[in-house]
Amino acid sequence: MPKGFISRGFQGRRVQSDDQSRIPPGQHETADFPVLSAGPTPRIVLEAWTFEINGLVKKPIHWTWDEFRKLKSQPYTVDIHCVTKWTKLGTQWEGVSVDTLLEYVELEPNAHFVTAFCDGGYTTNLPLEDITGGKAFIAYNYDGRPLPREHGGPARLVVPHLYFWKSAKWVRGFTFTEQDELGFWESLGYHRRGDPWKEQRYRGD
Amino acid sequence: MKSVLEWQIATVQAICQETHRVKTFTLALPDWSPHRAGQHYDIRLTAPDGYQAQRSYSIASEPERRGELDLTVERIENGEVSTYLHDVLIPGDQIEVRGPIGGYFVWEASMAGPLLLVAGGSGIVPLMVMIRHRRAARSTVPTRLLYSSRTAEDIIYAEEMDQLVATQPGLGIYHTLTRAQPHGWTGYARRIDVDMLREVATPLGSALRSYVCGPTSLVESVADQLTALGLPADRIRTERFGPTGGTL
Repeated sequence: MPKGFISRGFQGRRVQSDDQSRIPPGQHETADFPVLSAGPTPRIVLEAWTFEINGLVKKPIHWTWDEFRKLKSQPYTVDIHCVTKWTKLGTQWEGVSVDTLLEYVELEPNAHFVTAFCDGGYTTNLPLEDITGGKAFIAYNYDGRPLPREHGGPARLVVPHLYFWKSAKWVRGFTFTEQDELGFWESLGYHRRGDPWKEQRYRGD
Repeated sequence: MKSVLEWQIATVQAICQETHRVKTFTLALPDWSPHRAGQHYDIRLTAPDGYQAQRSYSIASEPERRGELDLTVERIENGEVSTYLHDVLIPGDQIEVRGPIGGYFVWEASMAGPLLLVAGGSGIVPLMVMIRHRRAARSTVPTRLLYSSRTAEDIIYAEEMDQLVATQPGLGIYHTLTRAQPHGWTGYARRIDVDMLREVATPLGSALRSYVCGPTSLVESVADQLTALGLPADRIRTERFGPTGGTL
């Protein structure tokens, strides 16, 4: 028996390909790239931009835009899943692995969680293990071009294995903490972790 | 917001054709809980073989209407859920829903104002519920709505808007029609621009709260223009409706 109440006369619009196995429950594939944000898109001056790592680290560090662009970068091709139900397959990015950034700092032993902070005041919380081991990167190119500002340019966090609100736009740094401190959407009723394959959309899911 | 959002089976009580592409569905909920103006519900459809589709839709009814809720839905050509709702669903049918969801794009009478609401197309829905809530709460917060539609026939809730303006003190509604205007039209007839926003917003003073909802292009440009007019970012709350944005 399927989970859920069968809707009279509903057949659905199926994807006739192997790609269906890449679409988490309750999601549907989209070809375009919707924009969702809670407020105006910030205007960011690259000369004033920095990326900072602070909190539970032995010594905080920051990079200017020019310094950040000289860090070892790589291309990524990933599927992304938005909690508003769309999934976009095979998105192409270029950026810096979070693992690379963490080579420059020494974490305190009790640094279990991170808050990503952003221009405009947005925050999101993540366990350390969700941003390490090749699972997350700071992207500055999308589809071979500089990341458009409405999609988070000049740089956004990308954590493709979690719902896309975790992939904070206009990211400016990480604060490492001992406890999991809820971010913007997480404190407004969205799930603490947001695994699309477990359909962790909202608090309690 | 409830600690856990359970799916529940709602019953369709009534369906109202708002425009040629937009219908309002009135649902009776066995486990209704109060929402805030601007929140949404998720709908889940299940096929006999277990295939499921979900979408989010803005609540159109004010929280003072207890036990039931209205969802206003635009029919998207080649859509999956909106076409089912428009073409198949009839009163008496049952449908799975859960909510209310969303805690930022909300306004309550206790938050005061003044209030500047800017909508494009079906982005009117969460803003209309703010105006309905304002009426139900007998709020007189100065409120102005600037609403962009393609043609006069595309204006959702047109009659109710006329009644609201005639009966609710401190409320102004300003239309712009971007594609075609009827004979004798006296409203705006262009896309929303900074001059239009300045004309509508200036009488509200500088301490206003703004809510902007519509297609991404409109929301991006209006939010930029409000910023250019000096409104701080934390006074500009946005919600976007796109063909695949999950909300249509």
